[in-house]
Order: sequence, then C-alpha cells, then structure tokens
Amino acid sequence: MADEALFQFLHNEVIQYIYKSSEHGEMENGRCITKLENMGFRVGQGLIERFTKDTARFKDELDVMKFICKDFWTSVFKKQIDNLRTNHQGIYVLQDNKFRLLTQLSAGKQYLEHAPKYLAFTCGLVRGGLSNLGVKSIVTAEVSVMPACKFQVMIQKM
Amino acid sequence: CETQSRLTNDLLHNSELFTLTYGALVTQLCKDYENDEEVNKQLDKMGYNIGVRLIEDFLARSSIGRCQDFRETADVISKVAFKMYLGITPSVTNWSPAGDELSLILESNPLVDFVELPDNHSSLVYSNLLCGVLRGALEMVQMAVDVKFAQDTLRGDNVTEIRMKFIKRIEENLPAGDE
Repeated sequence: MADEALFQFLHNEVIQYIYKSSEHGEMENGRCITKLENMGFRVGQGLIERFTKDTARFKDELDVMKFICKDFWTSVFKKQIDNLRTNHQGIYVLQDNKFRLLTQLSAGKQYLEHAPKYLAFTCGLVRGGLSNLGVKSIVTAEVSVMPACKFQVMIQKM
Repeated sequence: CETQSRLTNDLLHNSELFTLTYGALVTQLCKDYENDEEVNKQLDKMGYNIGVRLIEDFLARSSIGRCQDFRETADVISKVAFKMYLGITPSVTNWSPAGDELSLILESNPLVDFVELPDNHSSLVYSNLLCGVLRGALEMVQMAVDVKFAQDTLRGDNVTEIRMKFIKRIEENLPAGDE
C-alpha cells in the first residue's frame, strides 16, 4: 500500500537524521536508539490515545498482548504477529517472520549490525501502545536472520 | 465484546501512523535546532531525500508515462500522487500567464491533524517536508522546481497553499561514449 511506503520512507529518513549528526561509538549509538525508541513511544501512545482508557474491555494481560499481536500489528504493519509465546509470568515474545521495516534492509545476515536501528522505533511503538492500554513494559528486539525478528515485552508491575 | 471490536475497527481504518510519526519528527527537530528557519531547512532536506526515492515507488505503482508538459505534471501530482500517498486531491489553480507557476490548494492537510503550533514557533513551516518531497521527486524526472508554502492553516490562513514554480529542465547525463 502506498501509505505504508510513505511511512517507511519517513522512518528511514528519521533514522538517517538521528544518526547522521552523531559520533560513532557505543554510547552515541545507545543515545540514538533511545531517541528513536522515545519517538516510537509517543507515536504508539497517540495511535491508541483516541480511545478511552477504559481497560475493562480486556479480560487480562494476555488479552492485551493478543490485541497488540493481531489488531495493533495489522493496523501498523498490515499483517499479524506470526507467533506469540509467553512464560505466563509477564514475559512475552512476539515473532514477526517478515518484519516490514527490515525487508528492504536485507534477507539474511547482511547489515545485521544495523538492524537495531530499524527496530528501535517499533519497540517504542509497542511500549507506547501498551502504556495507553494501562500496561507498563520494557520492549526490546532481536534479529538473527532478517527479515525475521522477535520483540520481547517484559511487563512491569506498577 | 462490542467495545473491543469498535476499538479494532477504528484502529484498522486508522492512517495516523505517518501523521503521528511526522509530528514526533518535527518535535525532535524543534528540540535539536535553535530556530524555526533551521527546522524548515532540515524538513526540506529530509523531504528531498524522501522525494528522490519516492518517485520510483510512484512510477512503479502508477505506471504513468512521461508527462508532456508542466500542466500535465501538476495534474498527475494532485490527482494521482497526492491521492495515492496522502489520500487527498489538492486543486490546481492560480497559473501564472507563462504557465510556469501554479498553486496547489489543500482543503485539508493530513499532516496537521491534531496539531497546534505553540506560540514560540511562528516561523515554523510545519509541513515543509512536502516541499522537499516534490522538489526531489521532480528532479529525478528532469525538472528543477521551486516549491514553497504560500498559505498555511496552521498559521491562521483559510487554506493551505503550496506554490510551485518550474525553473528549468535538467539535462539527463548521458553515459560516457554516447556522443
């Protein structure tokens, strides 16, 4: 879809911008990742914000996570999460076998070191969406073979 | 449950991802730069970078052939490109007598949904990315244009008006040996 393409171009440009004025090095990379994650957080909040904060609609935490995997992911990435796993103790792993924001980057292991840049915004998006659904979390992502990736959500007890 | 499906429904038809991301970008730029002019320049530059790539995406999706003249270009931009990417169809008006300058009038601008300019950003051209996108995209099809906002609803005008001027045709670089 064209509007999806437009978002992807913008997302890429945002990443280029955040990184271009930074120095190289571990600390600076961390700062950039944080900036991207924070931007994603605000957007994620905004996406959910239009609706009431009434969380009674969800039976439980798992229900919220299923919503993220199905409805939220479809709204943002036009597909569902392919696999959801949990240890039933507040940790969820969301697997996307063909993550939209990685498909342009590579298929395989090329540019693997750049993958985190392309995941940071989305980690924030998930964290922000959950936040407005009344769930506090920490979201990280890992990639071993693109374009598949896993988002790990750790629920924080408030 | 009913409220959940309403939430789902609304989310599925929601195209705010681009708008909200754009807003987050502008906010970040305002933090990073001292003044609005710098932010405007940065938005234009980023738009340009997007435009030079977007054009390929556009040509692939639309299978539009080469435009005969600037009028046709303007029509394609408003009726096809804007519709395709932003879901709106600006009207093309205010042609200069020489036919080299026109206005795109946007009745609504999806980029500014829910946006209000804070008081200390009166020179900010919030949607300046669009100018860069148009400039970059057209450059890739051999047209040098100058694009700027003439009116902006965010700054109190009734409509949003983009003024586009054709500067010149860019000669294609022939590969070496093609004399």
